[in-house]
Amino acid sequence: MKIARVVGTVVSTIEHPAFEGRTLLVCDLLGPGGEPDGGYVLASDTVGAGAGETVLLIDEGNSARQVVGLETAPIRSVVVGIVDEVQVDGEAWAV
Amino acid sequence: MQLGRVIGTVVATEKADGLDGVRFLIVQPLDRRKEPSGRPVVAADAVAMAGPGELIYFVGAREAAQALPETFVPVDHAIVGIVDAVEELR
Repeated sequence: MKIARVVGTVVSTIEHPAFEGRTLLVCDLLGPGGEPDGGYVLASDTVGAGAGETVLLIDEGNSARQVVGLETAPIRSVVVGIVDEVQVDGEAWAV
Repeated sequence: MQLGRVIGTVVATEKADGLDGVRFLIVQPLDRRKEPSGRPVVAADAVAMAGPGELIYFVGAREAAQALPETFVPVDHAIVGIVDAVEELR
């Protein structure tokens, strides 16, 4: 799993049916200190995450399909949690 | 999933079983500021409506094949949506 920050949403009308009714979030991947590491993913939301929130996301298809409850879906990245706090080497950072 | 821009099309008559009728497009992956990032890839068009110049999002790896009518096919990138807008949240 990865830790990321929600920075935007993707608006789409023509999309695969598996994405219909789901919010697609633009998520900046974060390094261990909470800083953006330069990468990003588009992830389907399952927890109601909002702007600026630090989230836990999964970037693996089998787990993603399990979370969205579809046996076949071309979804690989899913936001599965909202992070309250992260501690690395005794230093805490969070939302 | 990632953002990308369709920059070309691929025509292939001889294809592996299960790929008949699938359109292949050349996609330039983009960073979240819509700047090109990395090498272009060939992606199956799972929405069947994407065309050159369009901003799309695509899925990579094994999940790409799940986007197609026949799901056990040799495809590693698939276009799964056409982007109307990317809204930055504050």
